[in-house]
Amino acid sequence: MRARVLPGFTLSLGVTLLFVSLILLLPMTSLVGQLAGLSWSQYWAAITDPRLLASYRVTLLAAATASLFNALFGLLLAWVLARYAFPGKRVLDALMDLPFALPTAVAGITLATLYSRNGAIGALLAPYGIEIAYSWLGIALAMAFTSVPFVVRTVQPVLEDLPTRTDEAALTLGASNFYAFRRVIWPHIRPAVITGTGLSFARSLGEFGAVIFIAGNMPYETEVVSLMLATRLEEYDYAGAAAIASVVMLVSLLLLLAINLWQGRFYRRLHGGSFPG
Amino acid sequence: MRRIGDAPATRAILITLATLLTTLFLVVPLASIFYQAFAEGLAPFWHNLSDQYTRQAIMLTLLIALVTVPVNLVFGVFLAWLVTRFSFPGRRLLQTFIDIPFAVSPVVAGLLYLLLYGRTGWLGSLLSEADVQLMFAWPGMVLVTIFVTCPFVARELIPLMQAQGSADEEAAVTLGAGGWTLFRRVTLPKIRWALVYGVILTNARAIGEYGAVAMVSGTIRGETVTLPLQVELLYQDYNTVGAFTSAALLAAIAVVTLVVKGVLEWHTQRRGKRHA
Repeated sequence: MRARVLPGFTLSLGVTLLFVSLILLLPMTSLVGQLAGLSWSQYWAAITDPRLLASYRVTLLAAATASLFNALFGLLLAWVLARYAFPGKRVLDALMDLPFALPTAVAGITLATLYSRNGAIGALLAPYGIEIAYSWLGIALAMAFTSVPFVVRTVQPVLEDLPTRTDEAALTLGASNFYAFRRVIWPHIRPAVITGTGLSFARSLGEFGAVIFIAGNMPYETEVVSLMLATRLEEYDYAGAAAIASVVMLVSLLLLLAINLWQGRFYRRLHGGSFPG
Repeated sequence: MRRIGDAPATRAILITLATLLTTLFLVVPLASIFYQAFAEGLAPFWHNLSDQYTRQAIMLTLLIALVTVPVNLVFGVFLAWLVTRFSFPGRRLLQTFIDIPFAVSPVVAGLLYLLLYGRTGWLGSLLSEADVQLMFAWPGMVLVTIFVTCPFVARELIPLMQAQGSADEEAAVTLGAGGWTLFRRVTLPKIRWALVYGVILTNARAIGEYGAVAMVSGTIRGETVTLPLQVELLYQDYNTVGAFTSAALLAAIAVVTLVVKGVLEWHTQRRGKRHA
């Protein structure tokens, strides 16, 4: 190994390892410990409880709807922000980060108030028989709100980096706008769209603060997985909570792994073998 | 120069659609927070703000942010220095560990701490013999907030410091600069804006964190209730104006965060253009 020219290796290694062990890794040991106390049949019973199974279904359905919406909304906004200059663009751009800056509990009570039957938007929809608050649609809405930035912020830089000549070549050769987008632009941004949608889905699966206010939390109908986890804790059923947490963590880690592998493949194709970072 | 989607009609339709959807989906909720907070005028707003429990929630939220931000700032700088200036076995693994808080749902994060430091946890039972109780008290809330927000500063610094390389620092060392001087005079000026950005992101999340903090708080009014938890309590009590008063305070912080972020981006873009 090269001799270290710069100072501070031992100090920064020490501080980092201490922090990582105490803050990040030590708490994980407790989950393992708690799970080790369960037999396989107890564990299986804890993660396949019928009420919990219903909550898996609601969470997956709502998260899939939310990330699908975000894929379309994010693509539109990324395109408009990357391609056009217009008054108010800076404000529109800044607004995209609002869902990350706004505390989730605030988003939760706001959406619940707006979309409830006597809320400003809910009252408009009620005559048509559309009820968003206290249904799975409300859960999807809250999930979509909190994960807006993912698709926009992954697709926007890719679009900004596309050279003008790509467009020109396609159009000069006589392609229509739509055809040129589908055959020239889309292949470039597809990996970013999929990554962003995947991140949005992962975030939606674990969302809690924004969801619980608008969900109505009816057993078997509108309970999400993170609420079930919180409920187990309130019942002091720590083992049950740990079992649910293990499922949640496994799913989100697998998702992130899949996204990273996908990204790796994409970067290798782009940069001829070297992975950035 | 012709570009895809440049036809005036396409342009107008897409911009209008984007603006309308953003207004409906993001601006209306943001505006309604302030509308609800001031629904009964200014006097109830001030009355709600000066409520004893709300004031205590504000103080606790500030305390948590005041401890969390410096801790994660120091950690983030050390980590970024370590992984961008030295190569050593396990460097990649360390960078992966940092992303754990982003991969773990906040509720699960709260649970992990509760299992460790709670009365049934192995560390918690040791501590309770020493009469130290971290859970359902402010130190535990600080700990989970540190956990949830620790990647922000490091995540901002690492790509930047990697791109900048270490040539400047190496030159400074050959000229005889010591560690602290080196950091303060050479590295810090180059990473200043990324650092500020990391800090405002950490701060915004530390103030607004709900899921993780709710798990370890025990919601004792006036003691372990942060501003987001106070929003929840008031909302459950059907005190809508009160809930939205606290919510408006948090939303104002969010708006300030967005403005500062916008200004910082504008600043770096302008500098980038001048140097190009």
